[in-house]
Amino acid sequence: MMLTPLASLRTGLEVQLDARSRDWLHRALAEAADAPRAPGPGAAAGLPPWERHFATAGRHCAPAPGAAPADAAALTDTARVLLLHAAGPDAEALTRLYGHGSAAERRAVLLALPHLDPPPETSAALALVEDALRSNDTELITAALGSYAAAHLDAHQWRHGVLKCLFTGVPLSSVAELEGRARGDGELARMLSDYARERTAAGREVPADLHHALKLTEDPRTERP
Amino acid sequence: MRIFDPHIHMTSRTTDDYSAMYEAGVRALVEPSFWLGQPRTSPASFFDYFDSLLGWEPFRAAQHGIAHHCTLALNPKEANDPRCTPVLDALPRYLLKDNVVAVGEVGYDSMTPAEDTALAAQLQLALDHDLPALVHTPHRDKAAGLTRTLDVLRSSGLPPERVVLDHLNETTLGAATDSGCWLGFSIYPDTKMDTDRMIRILRVHGTERVLVNSAADWGRSDPLKTRHVGDAMLAAGFTDDDVDQVLWRNPVAFYGQSGRLRPGIPAPTAADAAATHEGNSILRGGE
Repeated sequence: MMLTPLASLRTGLEVQLDARSRDWLHRALAEAADAPRAPGPGAAAGLPPWERHFATAGRHCAPAPGAAPADAAALTDTARVLLLHAAGPDAEALTRLYGHGSAAERRAVLLALPHLDPPPETSAALALVEDALRSNDTELITAALGSYAAAHLDAHQWRHGVLKCLFTGVPLSSVAELEGRARGDGELARMLSDYARERTAAGREVPADLHHALKLTEDPRTERP
Repeated sequence: MRIFDPHIHMTSRTTDDYSAMYEAGVRALVEPSFWLGQPRTSPASFFDYFDSLLGWEPFRAAQHGIAHHCTLALNPKEANDPRCTPVLDALPRYLLKDNVVAVGEVGYDSMTPAEDTALAAQLQLALDHDLPALVHTPHRDKAAGLTRTLDVLRSSGLPPERVVLDHLNETTLGAATDSGCWLGFSIYPDTKMDTDRMIRILRVHGTERVLVNSAADWGRSDPLKTRHVGDAMLAAGFTDDDVDQVLWRNPVAFYGQSGRLRPGIPAPTAADAAATHEGNSILRGGE
C-alpha cells in the first residue's frame, strides 16, 4: 500500500471515510500545507494546529457507511501519512513527533518516511527506524521495515530486522524488498541457518518464513562476489 | 459475562494475569496513571510511563484480546514533590492522544496545599480537553477527604456526571451518591472494598452509576475481582442484565463521554449481545 503514489492514497482514503471525516481531512490537510516547515523561535506557544490533527486523527477517521469493511487503524495511518507529507516537517520536528507520539503516531511517522518531500535527513530518519526495531511492538517493527529501510538501512541492522521479524512473528512478506536485499546475502544466510539450528536444538518448530528467506539468499544467479 | 475493568494498573501485572483476565471475560480495561510504589524524581520518568501507557501496554493487552485505554495525570502523592510538578505543564499534549479517555487519577492523598493546586489545575485540564475525570479518594481520613474533594469539584465547573469518585466505601457512599458523580468501588483482598460488602451496597444503592474495578497493581490485589463480583451478583439474585450494566455498560457509558473509546474493542459474544440493549455500538461513545 505504501508504494502507491500519494494521490492514489488520498483518493483511496477519501472514498472510505464518511462525510464528516472527509471534511476534517480536507481542513487538516489545508492547515498542514500552510504550516511553516521549521517554525522559528517566535512561533506561537503550544502545538501547531496540524500537529493537533496528527495526534487526534484516530477519532476523526470514521469509515463511510456501506464502504468496504475497512480497518479503522489503517485509515488513520493513511490520514497521518498524508498530513506529514503536507506539512513536510524538518528532521527535528519529525523526531519530536515520533518521540512524543503514541504507538499509532510513531507507526505513521515510520510509514511516511518514503513519502516525505523533500526527503528527511537520512541519519535522523534512520534513528527512528532503528528505535522502532529495538522495540518489541510488532506493528512498529513492521512499519520500520518498509521501503525506507529497504533503501537506506545498513546491512547489519537490516539483517537483524529480518531476524527480529522471525523472533516476534512478523511475516516476512511485510518486509519491503526482501527478495532484492536477501538475494546472495551470505551473512543473512548464516544468521538464518544458525537460528534454525537453535530452534531445532530446542525441539521447536522452525518458522516457515525462515526457509523462504534462506532460499532467497541462496539464489545463485546473482551471488555477490 | 463480558467485563470492562475501569481501573487496573496492568504495567504491574504479568502475561499470566492478562490470560486469566481474558478467560474470566475481561475484554476491555482502563489503566489510570498512578504512582509506582517507588517515587519518581523527574518529569522524564513520568513521560516514559505515559508513553508506555500509550504504546507498549496497549500492545501487550491487544496480544491477549483485550482493548486498553488510559487516563493520565500527575497523581496526588507525587504532586507533593516539586521535582515532579512540571509534569502538569506537559499534560496538555498528552491529553490530546486518542487512547486517553479521562484525566486521572487526581484527588487527595494527604490533603496538602500542593495537592489542592494539582487537583484544581487538572480538573481545569479535564474541562479544556473535554474529558471526564477519575478522582481518587484518599485512603487515610477518607470521609473528610471526600468532603474536601466535593468542594473542589463544585468550584471546578466540571459537571458531576463527568466525574467518577473512586475507592468508595460504606462511609463515603452517601455523600458521593448525593453529589451526582459516578461511584467507583475497588475490590481488594484485604483493604478497600470486598465482594460481599459490594453486593450489600448494590442491593441498597442499585446498579445505576456504579463502576466496579479491581484496581490491581503492584500490591496485594487480584485482577479477577471484577469477575468475582459478577459471579457474586448472580448468586445473590441479580440478573445477567444487572451484571452487564455494572461490569460493561456503566464503564462504557462513563468513559464513552470522552468520545475516544475505540469501536475496535472486541465484539461481544452472542450471549453478551443478548444481554445488552445497544450491543457493541455503545462503544462508539459520544459519536
